[in-house]
This record gives sequence, C-alpha cells and structure tokens, in this order.
Amino acid sequence: MSKDETLGEALRRQGVTRRGFLKFCAATASMMALPPSMVPAIAAALEKARRPSVIWLSFQECTGCIESLTRSHSPTVEGLIFDAISLDYQHALQAAAGSAAEAARETAMEENYGKYILIVDGSIPLANPGYSTIAGISNLAMLEETAKGAAAVVSMGSCAAFGGIPKAKPNPTGAVSVGDIIKDKPIINVPGCPPIPVVITGVLAHFLIFGTIPELDALGRPMAYYGQSIHDRCYRRPFYDKGKFANTFDDEGAKKGWCLYKLGCKGPTTYNACATTKWNDGTSFPIEAGHPCLGCSEPDFWDGGGFYKAISTPTEDIPKAAIYAVGAGAAAGLALGALNRAKRDKAVAEHVKTTIDDLEKGD
Amino acid sequence: MSCMTDTAVLKVEATASLTHNVQPLLHEIRHALVKLLDDGSYTAIDLRSLPLAPVEEEQLLDKLGQGEVYARLHALGPTEIVETRFPGVWVVVHFNNDNEVIGRFIEICDTPALLRSQQDDIRQGLEQLQSQLA
Repeated sequence: MSKDETLGEALRRQGVTRRGFLKFCAATASMMALPPSMVPAIAAALEKARRPSVIWLSFQECTGCIESLTRSHSPTVEGLIFDAISLDYQHALQAAAGSAAEAARETAMEENYGKYILIVDGSIPLANPGYSTIAGISNLAMLEETAKGAAAVVSMGSCAAFGGIPKAKPNPTGAVSVGDIIKDKPIINVPGCPPIPVVITGVLAHFLIFGTIPELDALGRPMAYYGQSIHDRCYRRPFYDKGKFANTFDDEGAKKGWCLYKLGCKGPTTYNACATTKWNDGTSFPIEAGHPCLGCSEPDFWDGGGFYKAISTPTEDIPKAAIYAVGAGAAAGLALGALNRAKRDKAVAEHVKTTIDDLEKGD
Repeated sequence: MSCMTDTAVLKVEATASLTHNVQPLLHEIRHALVKLLDDGSYTAIDLRSLPLAPVEEEQLLDKLGQGEVYARLHALGPTEIVETRFPGVWVVVHFNNDNEVIGRFIEICDTPALLRSQQDDIRQGLEQLQSQLA
C-alpha cells in the first residue's frame, strides 16, 4: 500500500468487498465505543483515510503491551487497522536491527516530519542513561529526538503513561513517564498492564477517521475507554449497593459472586474498559474470574498499599472521614481517585479538525 | 468435589448478580419498533457497550427468540443475521476468520444493511460477468 493510496482503495485492491468493509466499520465503531448509527459516517471517513507513518519506541518495558496487541482476539479488524498505517519502526517486530533499523527510523522521521504518530511503551530511566539504550542511544535522547517531529505521542501501557513498574518504589533507575519529559506535544495515555488491545487500535482508528486525537480525561486517557470506573460498569455492582461482600476467597460471599471490595478490589478508583470490553475473546475480566481489580491503569498502582487491602484503608493521606466502613467505600474511592489525578498534569487535547457532529452532517 | 464442580456451583450462584438491564433493553427495542413503523427510523444497539451479567445476554436473546430468517454471510469472516420472533428486530453477530466474536448488535429495521447487495459490489460483479462473457 503506497502512502498516497486511501484505505478504501487498498482494501478493494486486497479483494475486500463493500459488504466486508461495512462489517469492518461496524466492528470499528464498536471498538471505539461509538454508537452504531455512526457506521455510515465512519465508512465514509475511512474510505478516504490516507496511511499515516507510525514510529514505535520501546524503552524500559516487558513487551507485554506488544504481546497484548499482537495476540488480540480480533485480528481481522486490527490487522486491517495496521494495514492502514505504515509501521516504520518497531524494534521488536521489524526484521532490521542495529544501524539499519535506526536508519529506517531516521528516514521515516525525515519523510513524515510533523505528521507521524509516535507510540512509546516503557518508561525512561533518568538516573543513568546507561540503564536502557538502543543502538547505543539512551532512551531519553531517542525520545526527545523522535518526539520533535511527531504529530502526536501515544504512551502505550502504564510504564510509558505513568512510569509503571520500573517507577515502583524505590525506583532504582529513576524511571519517569513520557509526559514527564515531553511537554510540547499532544500525548494520549493508554495505560494498563497491559492495556486492552482494542484501545490502542481504537486510538489509531480515531486518528484515521477524525484526523485528531480523541477526547481525553484529566490523566490524558481517551474518555471512550477510560471515562467510567470499573466499579460503575461492574456486573457485581448491585451487591456493593446492597452491602454484600466476599470477605475471603472461599467464603459463601465469594461462591455467590458478591462484591470483591473488601478483598482489595480497586474497581472504584480505576478507570478502564475491562468490565465491558473484557479480555480473551470477550470472555471475561478479572472480577468476573473472581479476582479483585488491581487498578493497573491508574498511576503508581504498584505502590497502592497492597493488592488485597481494601481501598478504604489506603496508605496515602486521605481524609479520615472517608477511610472507615464499607458504606463509605464510594467516598474513599472518590478521594483516592482525586489524589491520584492530582499527581498528573492535565494533557492537552489539540488539533481538533473533525468532530462526530461534522461527520454526521456529511460532506 | 472437583474443581470443575466448584466452578459450576460458583457460576450458577453468581447468576444471582444481575444488572437488571434486560427489561430496559426490551423497552428500548419496543420504542425503536414504534419509530420504525412511524417513520422508518433505523436503530442499532451495540451489546458490547452495555454492562450485562454473564447470563443476561443469554436471557435477552432467549426473550427475543428466533423468527423466520437466518442468514450467514462470509465477508471478512462469517456474520450471522437472525430475525427474532419480533419481525423487524434482528440479531447481528460478526465473527473474525478464527470464528471469534468481534461485534454483537441488535438492529431494528426492515432489512439489515449487510444483507443487501452493495452498489460497489454489484458494479464489480457486473464487470466480472462482462469479462467472462467477452
């Protein structure tokens, strides 16, 4: 697929019928949490979308984010989204290595300066640049150099978005997030350990369809996926409201599928789409499997005071009024969420070019 | 007692935890049918966007039942289109090439768009037929 070819032209060249394309658009709308009524508008926009260049840098990470994406359950849709971009550099996936790989990155930057999307997974060590290097280049130098010409930066996974596990106390490498370094570009945080694969393809699809970044919350996360807490979308929520809780993993409450709040569930303070998008072919998510949410899409989740400690007894300085009693759980959740959110600068959503309203009006 | 049996007990008892979204969804479908009759309005509901307990989606589909039409398409993987026992209410399930579900919708319309032949495809088919006859 050449860079001048539209997505519609490329799909037809690959033998995808119009019917298949409409199905792809319906699945994309569902993936992006857009209403199904948007499908015709999405089809019209994707038909004309041109192929953006993507440069993907991996720093202090475990490759779990890429595993999540490449093993995702809807390869048809996500494969097509990836066919629609030009992934010009990703050192875990590309065949080239060393100076040849770096040359590919430099060429992509030069040819698409100001237009390419930069995806980063992993945090950046500041204590000593030697802790993590690629082709002898420090993570910090590579990030700063590559971000200069990017249209937008996607921080993929909790490490890139918030520092993640490398930043966990005592943070031996001095790990920081992408947003701690890059201040002059729109940054889309896609946290999770790992993030839900459809979220990253949803962000790319949004860029293809609207030509801009999606609406973000105060932590720079796309509202479509991180707009509501796990708790608010949890099918066990009615038990929380009735005060019915599992107290151990093998008691009567656990067997009856009651709320896991007292077992440390971080659902009330965690914003992510697990409860509706789910994992493993849409089969389930941790709470449905009987395990509390760990809160992996929130900043500093690793240092939150213990995965199995109820959030009503946090280690951080939260007003005591909100600490006690399960009945006060929601208030504790709000307080902890606010405390977490206060730790981050607000990411700026810029480059508004096309809105849903514009698409609905047609052209 | 085996682990399998424990799991089954847990699953059965967990069915008591319901979001109670099935009844409101049925009312939403009822409203959509009224609109379809009044002015031909098309409505689609994305089941993946709603919080439903593990058994509730099954309950909803049970209540809608199966009507006269069942169609299976093959376009970027299979798609099943089933008219429910309420004419005008369709369940559309998209699968990928590995037969994994990638989308599940309820469409309220006279015919789901995917069932109709598409203009581009008709044009391409005509070209193929013409070249075959040439």
